[in-house]
Amino acid sequence: MTATALASTVTASFLASFVEVVEAFTIVLAVALTRSWRPALAGTAAALALLAILVLIFGPLLGLIPLAVLQFTIGTLLILFGMRWLRKAILRASGFIALHDEAAAFAQETDALRLQARDKRADWLAGLAAFKAVLLEGAEVVFIVIATGAAHGATLYAGLGALGAVVVVLAIGALVHRPLSQVPENTLKFVVGLLLTAFGIFWTGEGLGAAWPGADLAILVLFAILAAFSLAAVVLLRVACARSEAAQ
Amino acid sequence: MKFLSAVLKEIWGLFVDDGNLALQVLILIGTLAIAVKRGGLSPLWGGGFLLVGCLAILAVSLSRRVQR
Repeated sequence: MTATALASTVTASFLASFVEVVEAFTIVLAVALTRSWRPALAGTAAALALLAILVLIFGPLLGLIPLAVLQFTIGTLLILFGMRWLRKAILRASGFIALHDEAAAFAQETDALRLQARDKRADWLAGLAAFKAVLLEGAEVVFIVIATGAAHGATLYAGLGALGAVVVVLAIGALVHRPLSQVPENTLKFVVGLLLTAFGIFWTGEGLGAAWPGADLAILVLFAILAAFSLAAVVLLRVACARSEAAQ
Repeated sequence: MKFLSAVLKEIWGLFVDDGNLALQVLILIGTLAIAVKRGGLSPLWGGGFLLVGCLAILAVSLSRRVQR
């Protein structure tokens, strides 16, 4: 594997996982501070255990799929996944939809947990909230690791990128002990949307049998083209947004 | 059951936000796969058309969202 492929795999996995782990951390922290650490950690541990079981069951099956089919399938899912992020990131950057706010997500979760405080099952419900958040965000991380790594035998490196993201988020979280609202999440999501879409087009093309010029370097070229298009879209949409505000 | 359906809904939401965009991407990829495997289109041209098609679909989706 080339240094370009390795660096782009680890970077994509790290950044995408970082965003997901920040979101899961916000909910787990809300549960911990509103109820206690017990349901927060129990829900987190149960979700991680379920994810580990799913990976152990389904992970080896990936090795049985022919490489071209794997690249084509993963590439298609990556395009869907990446373009969804990219579309939202462009709309957020141009002002058409509100920016994602981790502090607001934290406030919303703590409000919901406080409403359940008198319920006899409050700890159970709080644990379930942590379980659901970690399971869903964790499932996204597992998908990202598989999607960025499996198609070129770099799952280990992609996994290390994701693990690095978990360690960094937990380290920052332990230090600040509040939602990581200072993280430039919207910018990260923009970059991740570009990276995942570039990977998706690259793998789907390889699955079709395309030998991209420059081999793995083509990922960077696809990234650059997508970035140029997306930034131009942001500029155009900002003008449209300003015009529509001026007209009102 | 309610929890399970919420989880499935969220997993669906990982890949599909704008349903039209997802459908158009799948049609584009399916068409290109047939064109490469059965129609004799060069795989590299297929990859190029995939890039251009994805950008066009994204542009249409953004424009539709803005006009709403």
